[in-house]
Amino acid sequence: MIAIRSFRPWVGACALAFLAALAGGALLSLASEALRGGTEGFAAFDSYLWRVARFTLVQALLSMLLAVAFAIPLARALHEHPAFPGRALILRLFALPLALPALVAVLGITSIYGRNGLLAFAFSSLGMDTIPNIYGLPGILLAHVFFNLPLATRLVLASLDSIPSDYWKLAAQLGMGGWARFSLIEWPVIRRNLSGIAGLIFMLCITSFTIVLTLGGGPRATTLEVAIYQSLHFDFDIARAVSLTLLQLGLTIAVLLLLGLTGKPADEGFSLQTTTRRFERPGRAAQCVNTAIILLGLLFVGLPMGGTVVSGLGADLARLMSESIVWRAIATSIVLGAAAALLSLALSLSLVIAREYQQSRRRTVSPGLFERSLDLGASLIMVVPPIVIGAGWFILSRHAINPFSLAPVMVIGVNAAMAVPFAFRILRPAWDTAASRHNRLCLQLGITGWDRLRLIDWPALRLPMGVAFAFAMALSLGDLGTIALFGNDSIQTLPFLLLQRMGSYRTQDAAGLALILGVLCLLLMFAADRGAASLARQDNARDG
Amino acid sequence: MRPFETIVKTAAIVTALFAVIPLGTAHAEGKLTVYTYESFTAEWGPGPKVKQAFEKQCACTVEFVAVADGVALLNRVKLEGESTKADVVLGLDTNLTYEARQTGLFAPHGIDTTAVSIPGGYKDDTFVPYDYGYFAVIYDSEKLKTPPESLKELVEGDPKQKIVIEDPRTSTPGLGLLLWVKSVYGDKAGEAWAKLKDRVLTVTPGWSEAYGLFTKGEAPLVLSYTTSPAYHLIAERVDRYKAISFSEGHYLQVEVAAQTVNGAKNPLSAQFLAFMTSPAFQDAIPENNWMYPAAKTTDALNPAFETLVQPVKTLIFPSEEVAKNRKAWIDEWLAAMSL
Repeated sequence: MIAIRSFRPWVGACALAFLAALAGGALLSLASEALRGGTEGFAAFDSYLWRVARFTLVQALLSMLLAVAFAIPLARALHEHPAFPGRALILRLFALPLALPALVAVLGITSIYGRNGLLAFAFSSLGMDTIPNIYGLPGILLAHVFFNLPLATRLVLASLDSIPSDYWKLAAQLGMGGWARFSLIEWPVIRRNLSGIAGLIFMLCITSFTIVLTLGGGPRATTLEVAIYQSLHFDFDIARAVSLTLLQLGLTIAVLLLLGLTGKPADEGFSLQTTTRRFERPGRAAQCVNTAIILLGLLFVGLPMGGTVVSGLGADLARLMSESIVWRAIATSIVLGAAAALLSLALSLSLVIAREYQQSRRRTVSPGLFERSLDLGASLIMVVPPIVIGAGWFILSRHAINPFSLAPVMVIGVNAAMAVPFAFRILRPAWDTAASRHNRLCLQLGITGWDRLRLIDWPALRLPMGVAFAFAMALSLGDLGTIALFGNDSIQTLPFLLLQRMGSYRTQDAAGLALILGVLCLLLMFAADRGAASLARQDNARDG
Repeated sequence: MRPFETIVKTAAIVTALFAVIPLGTAHAEGKLTVYTYESFTAEWGPGPKVKQAFEKQCACTVEFVAVADGVALLNRVKLEGESTKADVVLGLDTNLTYEARQTGLFAPHGIDTTAVSIPGGYKDDTFVPYDYGYFAVIYDSEKLKTPPESLKELVEGDPKQKIVIEDPRTSTPGLGLLLWVKSVYGDKAGEAWAKLKDRVLTVTPGWSEAYGLFTKGEAPLVLSYTTSPAYHLIAERVDRYKAISFSEGHYLQVEVAAQTVNGAKNPLSAQFLAFMTSPAFQDAIPENNWMYPAAKTTDALNPAFETLVQPVKTLIFPSEEVAKNRKAWIDEWLAAMSL
């Protein structure tokens, strides 16, 4: 038995090794290049850098707090109303901000809250001469919450969905009020997953670049990512870039460890039912509050997207869609995105499986280093800037092969790695719950290997796998960093084309391409949901 | 497991897709490899026209390899070092030529450059100019009736009339404005920035973000080039965006190309540099790169170019001075802007 199951830590170790090699290889190669080039020492930790590091942390922590604080009531409201009109569409829309290049999101946000935006228009038509000014910390937080609130909501909702429906049945029978339900049923589940969700958002915000500079109002708003870009790109000071990257990694680990302490892992329940059927009937007041919360959330996320759609519709879409270069970019984006998403799924699943195996085998209360690495270590790849990974691998590969031929491999590899933290968080709750329900039963019945995978694990994983795939692909669709680095214009993706047009006065074209990118992503979410739904139907038909 | 099969299949398809990309081999028979920046090789950029025109007269093939911008171009060459596959590097600007020369990777051009005409003159044995432009503040004439007429008026004017500028730490136009202010204010540049700060709506990482905010109507002023209105006039028939002629003069940006030490062994390199100063190349500059041609074009420029601001004075620092002071000047900017 043990011989058969013991491959599990190895798959996890392989996935971890891949991620470590991707980031570590790049850093090592840069470090050795820096030492060889004789750049004078590593970064001096001056007051400028200190200020930058402080600002980076403050904005990331505030963004994280705000996103999570708003996400919890929104996710609760959505969970309490499985039949809310357009709920499925709202959830799909919530995957879109991820796929938007930062510049598109910034312009979408200014079209609502900017000096010439909808809000300013509303003020002036009401006869007020207030001009909204978001530039500075408010603008940064606004943009980060816009990006991360939908993500946090979906993740909190996913953890609420993992609550067995027996609990709801029982809660309804006992006549639990809203607060009792929240504190006794929902909060313990949310809290267990919260440190992971918050950590993910923290890492997304700590590496923010375009948003921080563009909406930050001036160089007071500078993140470490900007300093890393500056030192690698403009100053070509590799040593400084490496040490700043290590600083960013160190700060992130420190904060995540602090956060990790707040979450107390507990065992999942053993119920078999995981559909979100709610038995209690929310009162009229609760219904009104929930509806208001959902509408507010939808407005907050939807308005900037609406701004993007309006400018997109102003573009000459017919001409854009007749350009072969646009179609090629769409095809390239889909192929690269799908490949990255598949690789990401494989990596994440390996990590999830190995982590759960380690956890189920250990006799101690606190997880060992390997288990911790499977959990946290895998996420750290996000805070290694793509420009650093790209430059490092460029140096490593330049003498062996033509670095340009490495470009598609790098793009897929880096995008897959960057999506791991998302896919990991979607797959882990499902896998862990399924494992805690099935491990002993399978052991008793002697169901192992392929049979177990096919009969037991696969049915439980299909749905989250579909969602994780769609998320990973959406993330890859919007990525630009890696491609821009290798600068091979034979791989032109949609965001590449978008920024290229934006960079040469063709603002209208860029707006049209942003719309196309958004529609593509929405279709992807539809396909993922449809696929999952039809699989579930087949399943029901077979079982019934 | 099906997903794994799909991964293998997708990987095979992707590999097949990209395996057809020709791998550049240095100095293959009749082949010239030119490293440049992306907007040069975009389908509307000068690249396609230039390639066609040169291939017609050289009986060779031109391969463009494009990176993000001029700075990335120099980084790429530095990273590749002596084994670079580039014959010609096209797209450095005068702020980078000193550093580029220090690498020892570039070879003298050895061609006759008398056809080249740049304001203030440009003589160099390694770098050959192919176009130039002036930085300028563009204003939205529908939003702003009385734009500032000098850098001084911009600095001291109404802080409610906002301007969007680019970051000198991450972008070429940002560095351009920094040098512009330095060349006008000298030692007092820090004080000027401290005054201008209130008028700056935001500092963007690159030109695209700044110009995007400007055309969205977020600010009536933006830092760009004197040639920007030409694009709106010719391609969009819009005349609301205008450049302002500053009485102190405008800072000049000259874009240059050079052959690498490797490329000097390929006779096509020098031939290309000479071709660069001919009308066949220069014709592709004004309405594709939206810059001024560095030598004669076949026909006169589009009349829209006649309407553009002609700087009363050309400002430029020698490349070496920029290279040596850039860090100190950026620190000065940072200190003033972070007050």
